[in-house]
Amino acid sequence: MSNLKVIKTVKLFIGGEFPRTESGRTYSFNVKGTNDQYARLCQASRKDFRNSVENSRKAQPGWASRTAYNRSQILYRMAEMTEGKRVEFVDLFKNALGKSETEANLMVDEAIDTFVYYSGFCDKYQQVMGAVNPVAGPFHNFTTPEATGVVTLIDADEFNFAKLVDSISAIITGGNSVVALLGKGCPAVLAPLAEVFKTSDLPGGIINLLTGDLDEIKGFIGNHMEVRAISFQNEREDVYFEMKADAIDNMKRMIPRRDKTRSLDLILDFVEAKTVWHPIGQ
Amino acid sequence: MTKKKATKKKATTKKKASTKKKAAKKVAKKTIKKKKVSAHKIKPGMVFEYDAAPESSAVVNIKPKYDLFIGNEWVKPESGKYINNENPATTESLGKFAVGNDKDVDKAVKAARKAYDGEWGKMSGKDRGKYLFRIARILQERAREFAVLETLDGGKPIKESRDVDIPLAAAHFFYNAGWADKLEYVYPGKDVKSIGVCGQIIPWNFPLLMAAWKIAPALACGNTIVLKPAEQTPLTALLLAEVCQEAGLPAGVVNIVTGEGPTGAALVAHKDVNKIAFTGSTDIGKLIAKNVARTNKKLTLELGGKSANIVFADAAIDQAIEGVINGIFFNQGHVCCAGSRLLVEESIHDVFVKKLKKRMSTLRVGDPMDKNTDIGAINHKEQFDKIKEMVAAAKKEGCDFYQPEVKVPRKGYYHAPCFFDNCSTSDSIVRDEVFGPVLSIMTFRTPEEAVAKANDTQYGLAAGVWSEKGSKVHQVAGALKAGIIWANTYNKFDPTSPFGGYKESGFGREGGRHGLLPYLEVK
Repeated sequence: MSNLKVIKTVKLFIGGEFPRTESGRTYSFNVKGTNDQYARLCQASRKDFRNSVENSRKAQPGWASRTAYNRSQILYRMAEMTEGKRVEFVDLFKNALGKSETEANLMVDEAIDTFVYYSGFCDKYQQVMGAVNPVAGPFHNFTTPEATGVVTLIDADEFNFAKLVDSISAIITGGNSVVALLGKGCPAVLAPLAEVFKTSDLPGGIINLLTGDLDEIKGFIGNHMEVRAISFQNEREDVYFEMKADAIDNMKRMIPRRDKTRSLDLILDFVEAKTVWHPIGQ
Repeated sequence: MTKKKATKKKATTKKKASTKKKAAKKVAKKTIKKKKVSAHKIKPGMVFEYDAAPESSAVVNIKPKYDLFIGNEWVKPESGKYINNENPATTESLGKFAVGNDKDVDKAVKAARKAYDGEWGKMSGKDRGKYLFRIARILQERAREFAVLETLDGGKPIKESRDVDIPLAAAHFFYNAGWADKLEYVYPGKDVKSIGVCGQIIPWNFPLLMAAWKIAPALACGNTIVLKPAEQTPLTALLLAEVCQEAGLPAGVVNIVTGEGPTGAALVAHKDVNKIAFTGSTDIGKLIAKNVARTNKKLTLELGGKSANIVFADAAIDQAIEGVINGIFFNQGHVCCAGSRLLVEESIHDVFVKKLKKRMSTLRVGDPMDKNTDIGAINHKEQFDKIKEMVAAAKKEGCDFYQPEVKVPRKGYYHAPCFFDNCSTSDSIVRDEVFGPVLSIMTFRTPEEAVAKANDTQYGLAAGVWSEKGSKVHQVAGALKAGIIWANTYNKFDPTSPFGGYKESGFGREGGRHGLLPYLEVK
C-alpha cells in the first residue's frame, strides 16, 4: 500500500502564534541545488514585520522583568526541546540541504550547546559587566546592564544553524525580544525552530520568526521607531549600510556581522549600562 | 555701681513717665514699632545684599591670538582665518583663535597617525599611564588658572568651574591613567586593543571637563586624538595643549584644531580617522551619524536629554527642592542631563511649588566671576536668543510662567531662572531640550504614571527619583529608561561612574570601566 507524503506548509511565528502572512503570498523553498520543492513558505510583508514588532514590544518588558534564573531555565528548556526534535531537524538538514546523517547531527549538537551556553549566561553577564563604582563621595553607585528593547535580526543567507541560534539566544539572554528575518539558506528551519520556542515556556512575542525577501522589507526596518537595535548578520554589505543610515532616525544600535559565537560581547551588544546613584548618610 | 546706675536710670524714667505720660507712650510705641521692623528684617530666607566678591582674573594670560596645536607645535591655520572669542558675561573680546580647515585637519590627523604608528603606539601601558598622571597633576597645580579661564570664556559661575569642572577634569585624567597598564582587566575573558586615531568633538557647556572625558580614556587605551573644541569656548582646551607640552607628551598624541562647524565636519569625514566621539546636540549627532553611516568608523555619541526629576509625596521635601534647583539651574541649565522636567506628586504640588518659588528667589544671578553667584551668564548670544524664543513660545502655549524678579548686569547674556507650571506632556517646553535655566512642571498620581510620563520622550539620558521609601526608589529606578538615575540626589559626576544615555541620547558610555570600551576593540 502506497502512502502519499503530506507536504508541510511553513507558516510565520508571530506573537507566539503561527499565522499565515497577511499578504497571502507564499513561495517555494526547494531542495538545495534542485528544482524539487521541499516546502512552501510564507512571504512576509512589511505589515507582518510591523505586527511582529508590535507583539515584540508588548512582550519585552515582561521578559526583561522575569528573574534571571527563570530566563536561564527557559533557554535551557530550548536545548531540551531541540534535543527532543532532533530527528525532525536532522531530516530537514539531510533532505533540504543534502547533509549527511553525521553532519546534520553535528549541526543539532552545536545548536543545543549554544542554547546551553547562553542559558548559563542569563544570570551571570550582569555580574561580569556590572560594577560598583568607587565614586569620591558618600554615594552608593552601581552600574547594571539592562535590555535595549526590541531587536531585529537579519539572519545570514548562508545557513548556519548554530549561528542563527547564537544570534537569537544572545539577544534574548539580555532581556530583549527579537524579530528575526531568516536567511535564504534554509528558511524552512522556521517550522521546527518555532515549535521549540513555542514549547519552551517562552512568553509569546519574545521571539518572532519571519521568512521572506530581505529586499522587499529592508526599507521598513531601519526606520521603524519601535525597533531599538539591529543585529545585521546577513552578508549583504549594501543593505547593511543602507539600514545603518536609516537607523539614525531613532539612534538604533546597529550591530554588524560578527564572526564569533558563544561570547559575552554578543550579549552586551544588546544591553544598556544603567548607573544608579544614592546618597549614603542619615 | 552698675546696679546703682540702673536703678537711677529706672527712677528717672519713671519720673519722666509720670510727668509726660502721653509723650512717653508715643515714644515707647515708636521704639516697639522699630524693633518689630528690625526683627522682621532678619527672618530666615531673606535676601541680604552681598558685597561683591570677585575672583581675580590676574592669574590668566589671554593671548591676542591662538594658533592650532598640531604635533606639539603651534601652527598657523591654512585658512589664515581667525575669529573673535567673546566673554558672554561682559561681551568683551577674549582674543582671536584660529579656524582650521580640511587641510589643517588633515595635518592633525597625519600627526596623530604618525604618533600612533610610532612612539605612542609602541609605548608600554605603564609609561602611557605615567604621562596621564603627569597631566592630572599639572591640571591640579594650575587649577585656579583653568577655573578663571573657564569662567571668563563660558560665563559659568567661578564657584562651579573652581569646585566642579576643573577638579573633575583632573580626576578623569588621574582615574584613566591607572587603567593604561591594566587594560587586560577591562573586559573579562577577552583580549582588547586600541583603535587608532580618534576624532573628538566637544561642546561648550563643560569645555575642559568634556575634553578630559574624551582625551583621558582614549589615551589610556593607546589611541591618539584630534580634538575639536567648541567655537564658543576654545580657551581651556588650548591651555590644556600647553599642559600636554609641559608634561612632555610625545608629538602628535594630542592635537587640537579649533574652528567652527566645517572644521568638525572635516574631522568626521577624514578617511584616516578610526573613531569619532561626539558630545553635543542630538541634531548634530544625527548629522555626524549620517556622515559615518556608510563607513566602518566607530562612533560614540553623547547627545541631548529632557531628563525627568520625579518627586514623590514621601520625599524629604527640602532636600528634593535643593535637588530640583541644582538639577535644572546648575551651569545655567546648560547640562545635557539637566532635570528639566519636574514630575511632582499631585498631593504635594502646591506646597512644593511654593517652596520652589521661595528658593528660586534666593538664587543670585550675575557676574560669573563673583564667588557668590549661583547662575552666571548664558554661554553665548545664539543660545541666549534660543532660550528667550523657547520661553516666549511656551508662554503662548499657555503654561503658567514664574520668574523671580532679579537684577542682572546690563551688559552680557543673562537669563533669570524660571519655570512653567501645569504643563502637559505635549507642550514644547516639556518635549524639547532648552539647555537653559527653564524648568517645566507636571504632576502625577501613581508611580506607574510617573514612570510613563518620565519615559515619554525620545531621550534617555538621566532621571532623578526622590522618595524616602527604598523599595519604591529601586522599582522606579529600574523602570526608567535612562542611563543615569540619581536617587535622592542629582547632577553628581565622577570619573569612576559611567555616563551616557539610552535611545536618542546617544550610545556608548564615558567614565568607569564602561567608559574605556568605546576606545578599545574587543578581539
